[in-house]
Amino acid sequence: MASGVKPRVKVPKTAAAGETITIKTLISHKMESGQRKDDDGNPIPRSIINRFVADFNGENVIDVVLEPAISTNPYFQFDAVVPEAGEFKFTWYDDDGSVYETSKEIAIG
Amino acid sequence: MELTRRTMLAISSGAALATGLGALPAFASLTDDEIAKITGGAEMGEGAITLTAPEIAENGNTVPIEVSVPGAVMVALFADGNPTPNVATFKFGPLNPTRSASTRIRLAGTQNVVAIAQMEDGSFQKASANVKVTIGGCGG
Repeated sequence: MASGVKPRVKVPKTAAAGETITIKTLISHKMESGQRKDDDGNPIPRSIINRFVADFNGENVIDVVLEPAISTNPYFQFDAVVPEAGEFKFTWYDDDGSVYETSKEIAIG
Repeated sequence: MELTRRTMLAISSGAALATGLGALPAFASLTDDEIAKITGGAEMGEGAITLTAPEIAENGNTVPIEVSVPGAVMVALFADGNPTPNVATFKFGPLNPTRSASTRIRLAGTQNVVAIAQMEDGSFQKASANVKVTIGGCGG
């Protein structure tokens, strides 16, 4: 499923230096578990996002391994501390080899 | 004995119950195996993990789960009643101060959600929460 995948990320535009902020991420993906069967009883092959990584200026914030038990349109909420102005980089890895990326700038203010 | 519709119903529901009970320990040991792979059989403490899960989830396709473990480097989530117990593994980087994360997971039915955390000193912590699921999230 390389089409129709749209990452959405919510990061505050500004933060005080050293402040802890909350980040919410969502990516549209059907997360086919491999457990379901189609109308003819044939198993539908697994097709999920298997890894999600969030970095800030090259330093890791969170690294998640996803299994088929994660719901459709995987959603994550987590905290990050912002030592300086910079860029959050979010990366999702699909079973089919696709990589979806998005990034958000944050300023100190 | 004459086989009426009523006795047939009683027999079949009894059989279903028996297979249901028989299946439970199999799933539980699968989870234990996966946990042992992570901990290597080490002793697990309790109390450091805050695992927030709904008591009753109407839709097993999307159950909100939140886990918070101050001082953890890694947290793994398991669902002991799913066909595959692994749910997700969170590794926390240096820029994550609260070591907490929330997500939405699939649950096949009423079961325990188990969280295993590896702390900074290498020790392990365990917590579990029972979630009652009205409609399972595994598809048919």
